[in-house]
Formats: sequence, C-alpha cells, structure tokens
Amino acid sequence: MVKDALSKGIIYLLLAFGAILMLLPFVWMISTSLKSPSEVMAMPPVWIPSEWQWENYQTASEVAPFGRYFINSIIVTILSTIGELLTTILAAYAFSKINFYGKGIVFAVLLGTMMVPGEVLLIPNFVTVSNLGWLDSYEALIIPWIASIFSIFLLRQYFFSVPTELSYAAKVDGCSDFKFLWYVMVPLAKPALITIGLLKVIGSWNAFLWPLIVTNSQELRTLPVGLSAFTTEAGIKYELLMAASTMVILPMLILFFIMQKYIISGVARTGIKG
Amino acid sequence: MLEKPTWKSTLKGFLYLLPALLILIIFNIYPIIRSFLMSFYTDYDYFNDIVHEYGFDNFIAIFQDPNFITALKNTGIFVLGVVPISIFLSMGIAVLLNNKIKLAGFFRTIYFLPFVTSVVAVSIVWSWIYHSDYGLLNYFLGWFGIDPIAWLNDPNYAMPALIIMSIWKGLGFNIIIFLAGLQNIGEQYYLAAKVDGASAWKRFTNITLPLLSPTIFFVSIISIINGFKVFDEVFALFNGRPGPANSALTVVYYIYQKFYEEWQFGLASTAAFVLFIIIFIFTIIQLVIGRRFVHYN
Repeated sequence: MVKDALSKGIIYLLLAFGAILMLLPFVWMISTSLKSPSEVMAMPPVWIPSEWQWENYQTASEVAPFGRYFINSIIVTILSTIGELLTTILAAYAFSKINFYGKGIVFAVLLGTMMVPGEVLLIPNFVTVSNLGWLDSYEALIIPWIASIFSIFLLRQYFFSVPTELSYAAKVDGCSDFKFLWYVMVPLAKPALITIGLLKVIGSWNAFLWPLIVTNSQELRTLPVGLSAFTTEAGIKYELLMAASTMVILPMLILFFIMQKYIISGVARTGIKG
Repeated sequence: MLEKPTWKSTLKGFLYLLPALLILIIFNIYPIIRSFLMSFYTDYDYFNDIVHEYGFDNFIAIFQDPNFITALKNTGIFVLGVVPISIFLSMGIAVLLNNKIKLAGFFRTIYFLPFVTSVVAVSIVWSWIYHSDYGLLNYFLGWFGIDPIAWLNDPNYAMPALIIMSIWKGLGFNIIIFLAGLQNIGEQYYLAAKVDGASAWKRFTNITLPLLSPTIFFVSIISIINGFKVFDEVFALFNGRPGPANSALTVVYYIYQKFYEEWQFGLASTAAFVLFIIIFIFTIIQLVIGRRFVHYN
C-alpha cells in the first residue's frame, strides 16, 4: 500500500502544479491591479503589493467610462438572455409537443445551418443591421442574438422527456396549451433552462467581434470592446489595464463559483464551446 | 403519441415558432445565402447596397493575395500547435482527476476557470505576462538561464505565444469532456485487468485509450473547428494588430481586415466562404466517421 500512497502523492503533486499554472494569470492580474507604478515594474516581481492601491480601479474608471460599459454589458446580457429563453421555450414546445405540416423540414433546415460558423454571417448581418438603421444601437447588440438553434435543440430534447399524457390530462382539466407550457413544462425543464441561460450569459458577456463592429460611439461599447479600446487609451499603465481586466473577468468568475454545477454539467452534456 | 397534424395544429405550431423563426431567418438563414452570393460580388457599392458586377474574380484574387496564404498557413500552424498539446494535457489531467481522489471537484473548478472568462481580458493579462522586460514568463525562464524573449514583438515567437495562451484558455473545456467520457467506461474492465495483474500503464493503453477514442475524436474535431475561428485572442494579445509582420494573421483576422478596415465586402465574403468550406469538411468528417465510432463502445 506504500506504492499506492506514493502514486496518490504524485497525482496530487502534478494536479497542484497544473492548478497553480492555471491560477497564476489571475493572481498576477489581481496583484498587478493593486500595485503602485514602481512596484509594477519591479524585478524580481512583487507578488503582494506593499500597499494595496485600490484607487487604481477608480483611476481606470475615470480614464475610460467603465461604469457605462458595465451597464451596457449588463443590459445586453440580460435582455439577450431573456429573449433567447423566451423564443427557445416557445420553439422547443412546438418542435416537441405539436405535430404540424412542415415540421421535419423546418427542423432539418435549422439543424443544417448550425454547421455554418458565425464568422461567415458577420458581413451580411452587418449589412442587414445597417440597412435597418441599427448601427450603433442596443438593437444591433441584442436582437440578432435572441434566438439560438442550439438552445432550441437542447430544450426540445428535454421537453421530449415530459410524457405527452400529461398534456392530455391538462387539456381535460381545461388547461390551454400556453398555460400548460408555462405552468407545467417550464417548471419541469428548469435545470435545462438554467444551463441554457448561464451559457448564454457567459457568451453574451464575453462577446467581442460583433459588438466591436456594430458600435462606434463610446456610449454603446460593452466591456470587452471598451477594454480593448482602453489598451490604447491607457497607454502602458499595466496597473490600470489589470484593474480594468479584473472588472471584466470578476463577474463571470463569481457567477461560475455560484452556479458551477449547472455550467459544468451543461458543458459536459452538450460539448459546446462558448 | 402526438396527434396527427392538421391545418389548425400547423397554424398553432408556426405561431409558437414565429419569434424564433423570424430572428433565425433574418440573422441566420438569409445571411448564409447572402454571404454565399456576396463572395461573387466583384463590384459592390455598400452605401447604396448595389451590386455592379458578379464573378469568380474574388476567388482568384484572394488565392493570389500573399496575406491570405499567410493567414491560411498561420491558422494551420495554430491548429497544429494547439490541438495535439491541448488534447494530450487535458486527457492526462482528466485521467488523474478520475482516480477517485479527494479534491477532484476543487481541481476541476480551477482548471475550468479560464473557460468562463472574456478572451479579450485574459489576452490583455497574457500580454502583460509576455512583456519582454517585466513579464512573468521571461522572469521564470530566467531561472533556467534563458535570455528574455520578445514574445509579442518577435515574429518567431508571436505564434508560440498565441498557442500557449490558447491552450491555457481551452484546457478546462477539454478536461470536462474527457471526464464525461472516462465516466462512461465501466469499472468492470479495470477490475478484470487488475485481477489479471495488468500495470497502470497497461490498463491505460489497453482499456482507457481505446474506450476513450470516440471522445478523443470528438474533442479533436471540436478543437480543430474552433482553432480555425481564432480571432479575439489575436486582436487583444497584439493590441489590434495581427502580430508583428503578420506573424499571427489568421483567416478570421483576414476577413476582419478586408471587411472592416478596407471595406472590401466581396473579398471578405470570399475569404469567409473558404473558411466555411474548411469547417464544413471537418464537420462532415465528424458526422461520417463519428457515426462509425459510436458503435465501438
């Protein structure tokens, strides 16, 4: 059994070493964000700042309107998540519990389009949004993202597991289709909806390329776009850059710590990459 | 069983589908067709949305553009650099985590952290780590007597810098998928092997590896497809440039340049079409070979 204990020890050692490497960039980011300019450039590096410069966060928010970016990101994230959940619930219900002409074809076409990478849609969508007069507006940031074929597909699978007899029983009791969906199906599918919602929140919060091309004015930038612009605005002040990066990263880390069960199981089950 | 379709149920079905379908048709299906057509626009007036000429010139033009060739080559190198190392590391870590150790959940959480973070933000953090004078990486390399490397300014090191960061970012995702795959392997195989006196290495090569092969295949394809779409990392790591001397110019970055910096919508669409074809090939491989793999387990 000594051999077993030894191999367990080696396993722990390897895993701990890897974990340190994974955490190091975050530790370094937070540490730098609290340093004074002279400590930032110190060699060998200072790990724990001698005096924690919380005002770096304030300075960063004064150099660029991070408060505004933050609000924009929250608005875009919340609205596109709610929107996607609503369209997904309705569409998944149609695909799983209603039989109608053309269902197979519509579903097959939607599945087929999942093969096309989003980057291919970028240019025509930009033209569409500009024709609609939506450039540099919340509409452009939100509306194209309030429906997802992938989420519909996922929730449809989940809805299938709800026995159809249940809907007959509800109908006999005089419950309308919509009420049945809202009061029976949706509560039953809560775990799936939470997973879909969380993955959407993460994706939406971190989205970069689309917000980058459809916004021009500073007032409409989301956090990642604002942060990327900040690298030129802040110059080479790394303590400010790291403070700003922390502001972008931290909300998602907190969300992950609270909801990790749903996020990890969702990723394991679906194998999607945000 | 569901009731038979009627005109009434069809109306109802489409009413439920309407909100999703409306958005998907405008922003998903129509742009696929439009993008395909746009790649043949050789003379296009964006401001008035008028096409003066169609043709195959764009396809000839981009394949004669040394930058596009560079972008294809760089993207290929990126995929070849990230995918094998990432799969090797994440499979190794998943196997270690699967050893019924305490704290497995804790380690899994840590390895997964980068997945939920903004690519732009972590790229900026990494650009600080790669700093040639005050960066953490060069400091650590200094312990081993390695001279400071200009990671982000030397064309020879820009791609390795991008690859290292991308491996770090994507590791947790792959680990989760591998863990799910490992948990599907029945305990009885290992017990039988232990009874027969098979060593840990033998058990790994003769049980784990073959039974995990569908997962390895799946992770490879997903990683390849995602690798071909790399953009945010490049943009943020090199501060809005495609690396020194185009050394980190990728296909999506090329599309972005043609489209957003040069307003060459036709050429950009053509490049996007080429990207689609590349990804489509891997998707087909996954569908065809993946199906064969499923019977294996």
